[in-house]
Amino acid sequence: MMSCHQATQLLSEKLDRPLDTKEKIALGVHTTMCPPCRRFAQQMEELRSISKRYMKDPDVK
Amino acid sequence: MTNASISSNPAHTQAASIFMNAEFMNDLRLQMVKFARIQVRDEQLAEDAVQEAMLSAYQNIDRFSRQAALKTWVFSILKNKLIDLLRKEKRHTAASQLEDGPNVNGEELIEVLFNKHGHWQKSERPKKWDTPDHCVENAHFWRVFDACLNALPEKYSRFFMMREFLEMDTAEICHNEDLTVTNLNVTLYRARLRLRECLEDNWYQAEKSS
Repeated sequence: MMSCHQATQLLSEKLDRPLDTKEKIALGVHTTMCPPCRRFAQQMEELRSISKRYMKDPDVK
Repeated sequence: MTNASISSNPAHTQAASIFMNAEFMNDLRLQMVKFARIQVRDEQLAEDAVQEAMLSAYQNIDRFSRQAALKTWVFSILKNKLIDLLRKEKRHTAASQLEDGPNVNGEELIEVLFNKHGHWQKSERPKKWDTPDHCVENAHFWRVFDACLNALPEKYSRFFMMREFLEMDTAEICHNEDLTVTNLNVTLYRARLRLRECLEDNWYQAEKSS
């Protein structure tokens, strides 16, 4: 099974490139069984949306 | 910025008064310079981009009646100027010359976060991020976010900003920075690991314990 280190790296890369089918399945299996990595996945999405708000919100800077 | 003729239109007058507010304009300029400098790493280029962005905003002044609108606009102009700069110029500083920084980075960071089997160390497992008591978009949150960005090694923060703030794609960043795709992906991964941890420690969990 994929390690958390590998899973988190793919969860980051998912933001930069489309994952292939094999990667998606392996990642899906891992995150189903691993709550910390599931949380990490949500937080990666959140980091992206925070960054978007950072650029748009005039009161940020 | 001296153009007496713009005062003939009431909308102009109102908007122009924003430009007359020295304190606001100075704050804005400093924020823009700080933002630009992180990305172009060249004092003069950063200053020039800021000046040009401010001038463009001034020339389109009738679109703004509020400071917030002006600020959004001027930053979006600046963003485009920075993208142009990054595209046009081969970087003065090659990415490889940038410091990795004195903190725990790269392989060391991986060893701190994961055990020898590659699974999360118990204490390092991501915790739930929730902020039920207040909106995430408050000034305090953005100060923490800024501090976390600044704490990243230069190389990490630059690539992270190119990707997330300037929304440049992988091919473009790699071309500009003379970087392999693998190298970029690994650097972005490490930047995100560190940012995630910094936000969790200094915002999400810090709030909980206070």
